[in-house]
Amino acid sequence: MGDLRLVNLTKQFGIFTAVDDLSLTVPQGSFFALLGASGCGKTTTLRMVAGLEEPTTGQVLLDGQDISRLRPYKRPVNTVFQSYALFPHLDIFENVAFGLRRRGVRDVAGRVARMLSLVQLDGYGKRRPAQLSGGQQQRVALARALINEPQVLLLDEPLGALDLKLRRQMQIELKRIQTEVGLTFVHVTHDQEEAMTMADTVAVMNAGRIEQLGAPAELYEYPASPFVANFLGQSNLLAGDVAGKAGDDVEVTAYGSRFSLPAGRCRADAGSVYLGVRPEKLRLAALVDEVPAGHQYVTGVVTDSSYVGVSTQYLVRTAWGTELSVFAPNSGVTEQIPLGADVAAYWHPRHAFLLRREPGAGDATQPLLEPVP
Amino acid sequence: MSTLSRRRGRLSPYLLILPGGLWLLLFFAVPIFQLGVTSLYDPSGSLEQGYAMTWAFGNYADALSQYWPHFVRSLVYAGIATVLCLLLGYPLAYAIAQKSGRWKNLMLVCVIAPFFTSFLVRTLAWKTILSDNGALVGFLRDVHLLDASGRLLATPIAVVLGLTYNFLPFMVLPLYANLDRLDGRLLEAANDLYASPARAFAKVTLPLSMPGLVAGTLLTFIPAAGDYINAELLGTPNEYMIGNVIDSAFLVRLDYPQAAALSFILMAAILAIVFVYIKRAGTDEVV
Ligand SMILES: Nc1ncnc2c1ncn2[C@@H]1O[C@H](COP(=O)(O)OP(=O)(O)OP(=O)(O)O)[C@@H](O)[C@H]1O
Ligand SMILES: [Mg+2]
Repeated sequence: MGDLRLVNLTKQFGIFTAVDDLSLTVPQGSFFALLGASGCGKTTTLRMVAGLEEPTTGQVLLDGQDISRLRPYKRPVNTVFQSYALFPHLDIFENVAFGLRRRGVRDVAGRVARMLSLVQLDGYGKRRPAQLSGGQQQRVALARALINEPQVLLLDEPLGALDLKLRRQMQIELKRIQTEVGLTFVHVTHDQEEAMTMADTVAVMNAGRIEQLGAPAELYEYPASPFVANFLGQSNLLAGDVAGKAGDDVEVTAYGSRFSLPAGRCRADAGSVYLGVRPEKLRLAALVDEVPAGHQYVTGVVTDSSYVGVSTQYLVRTAWGTELSVFAPNSGVTEQIPLGADVAAYWHPRHAFLLRREPGAGDATQPLLEPVP
Repeated sequence: MSTLSRRRGRLSPYLLILPGGLWLLLFFAVPIFQLGVTSLYDPSGSLEQGYAMTWAFGNYADALSQYWPHFVRSLVYAGIATVLCLLLGYPLAYAIAQKSGRWKNLMLVCVIAPFFTSFLVRTLAWKTILSDNGALVGFLRDVHLLDASGRLLATPIAVVLGLTYNFLPFMVLPLYANLDRLDGRLLEAANDLYASPARAFAKVTLPLSMPGLVAGTLLTFIPAAGDYINAELLGTPNEYMIGNVIDSAFLVRLDYPQAAALSFILMAAILAIVFVYIKRAGTDEVV
C-alpha cells in the first residue's frame, strides 16, 4: 500500500517521444534514484507524477488510485525543481512557508525556522532569493518542498549546485528525514555515487525507457545492457560470440581466444555478445606465467597511466588494438608499471559478465555516453 | 584602462542625458515656469492691455472655490474609467501574454490599431454608438435597462465609457509587457505547493505584475483626469471636467491667469495622488 506506480506511462511532444511506455513501482517509504543522460526524460517523468504534465497515455497510481487526472495542487506530491523556481517577490521565509500556508498548517514560524536550520540557512529568512548564491537557492528549493512532508517527494537534481562537503551533509540529512518520516523519494541525479549510496533502488533511463532497475550493487555488478555497463561506472566490453556451453559455464570466443564464465553472469547465451569486466576487477601481471590459476587474461602493452591517489589507472592496448582500462589500487603491494611494459590483464570469471550485442557492433571500452559530472 | 577612456566612461551617463535633458528644459521646464508666472498675474489684466505681475495668489483660491466640483468630477470620472480599464485590460493583457500563442502579434496590433485614427474621430464614433436612435440604446430600452426616454449620450455614463475606451491601450500595453515576462514555472511551483489556480494568481501572478499594474493605472488615470474631449463630445456642461474649464478659460474667456492657476492645481492634485498611490503600491498593502 502507498506505493507509487507508473503504468505504461508515455509522453509525446509532437512526434517526439520523451517518455516511452514506462512502467515501474516505487514502494512506499523507499528511496528511488533515477539516473540517465541529459534529455532522456527524467524531468518529464517527474512532471507527470507531479501533475504538471499530462501523460499522453498511461497511468500514475498512488495508493492504488489513479491520480493521473488529478490537478497538481490536489496531489500529495511535492517537487524540488531543477530550476528552483523560487518566488522572487517573497522572502526566504515566505518561500519555505508557502505550502504550509496554503494548507493552513499551524506553527508555521517554528517549522520554517527548523527547516531553514536543517538546510543550514539560519538567519536568511528575511532575504529575497536574488540575494542568495546558487547553492543557497537550491537549499531553499529543497526546504520549500521538504517542509510539507508529502507522501511522495520528487527531487530533480536537488544537490547539483552544492560543493562536495555540503552535498554529503545534505545527502545524510535527506536520507535521515526520508527514513524517519517514511517518505517516498524519487531522486533524479547525475551523481552516480549519490544514487548508489542513497537509493534503495536505482533505475537507469535511456531515451525515455528504463534500461535497468534494481539495487545499486546489482546494477553495478551485473549490468543488463552495454548502456548501463558504461553509464554506471565504466566497463571494458570485448566483442565476441558464444561458442557453446560447458556445464554451468558459457564459452565465448573473442579475437581468437576462448573465455568462459558462469551461466549466472550471462544476459545472453547465444549469438553476438559482449564480454564485460570492470576496470577495478582487472589485475596486471608482468608475465603470463604469473596469472593465478582459475583466472583468464588478455595480453597487451601499457600505453598510459595516471596516478589518481587511491589507485592508478592504466590503459592497456591489446594486440588487436582495443584499449582496456585497469584500475590498480595503490595498496603498496604492487609497484607502478612503466609505460611500454608488456603485461597480462587478468580477471576471475565470476567477475565478468556477458551482454547481448548487436551483430556487427565493435568493442565498447569507452563509455557509450559520457556521464555528465 | 587609460585615464581618458575612464573619464569618458564616467561622463557617458551625462552625455546620454544631454539631448533629452535639453529637450525637456526647452519644451517642459520653460513653459511650466511661464505658466507659473502667468498664474500669479493680476487677473484684471487682459491679452490686449497686458498683465501686471502682482503675485496674485488669490487666483488659486478663486479658481478652486469656483471650480472645485469640476475637479472632483474629473478625479471621479478618471478613477472609475481607470478601474474599468483595469478590469477589462488585465484579463486581456494576460490572455495576450500567456495564452495567445501564435496570435500574439495580431492581438497586439489590434490593441494598438485605434491609434492609427485620431482621438477625436474615435470619440465622435462613440457619439454615434451611444446616440438616442442607435442600436445600443434601442436594445437597452427593449430590455428595460433604460426607460423609454432614457438615453446614454449626454450622461456621465457616456463620458466614463468614452474615457475607458480611449485609454484602454495605455492600461493594456504596460500590463502586457509585464505579464509577458511572467515565468510559468513559478505558477507550476505554486500549483505543486497546494495553490489552486485562483490562489496562485493571487499569491504569485498578481504581486509579480504590480509594476505593470501601477504603470498602467497611472498612464490611464493621469491623462484621463486632464481630458476634455470626451466630456465635450459625449457629455453636456453638467458633465464637464476640469479640462473643459481650462480649455475655455484659455481659448474662450481668455482668462490666462485663472487658466494657469487651474492647470497648476490639477497638476498638484495628480502629483499628490500619484505619490500616495506609489507609496502604497510599493508596500505589500496593495497586494
Ligand atoms: N515541452 C516540451 N516540448 C517539447 N519537447 C520537450 C518538452 N519538454 C521536454 N522535451 C524534450 O523531452 C526530452 C526529455 O526532457 P527532460 O526534461 O525530461 O530531460 P531530462 O532527462 O530531465 O534531462 P536533464 O538531465 O538534462 O535535465 C528532451 O529531449 C526535451 O527536449
Ligand atoms: Mg531534467
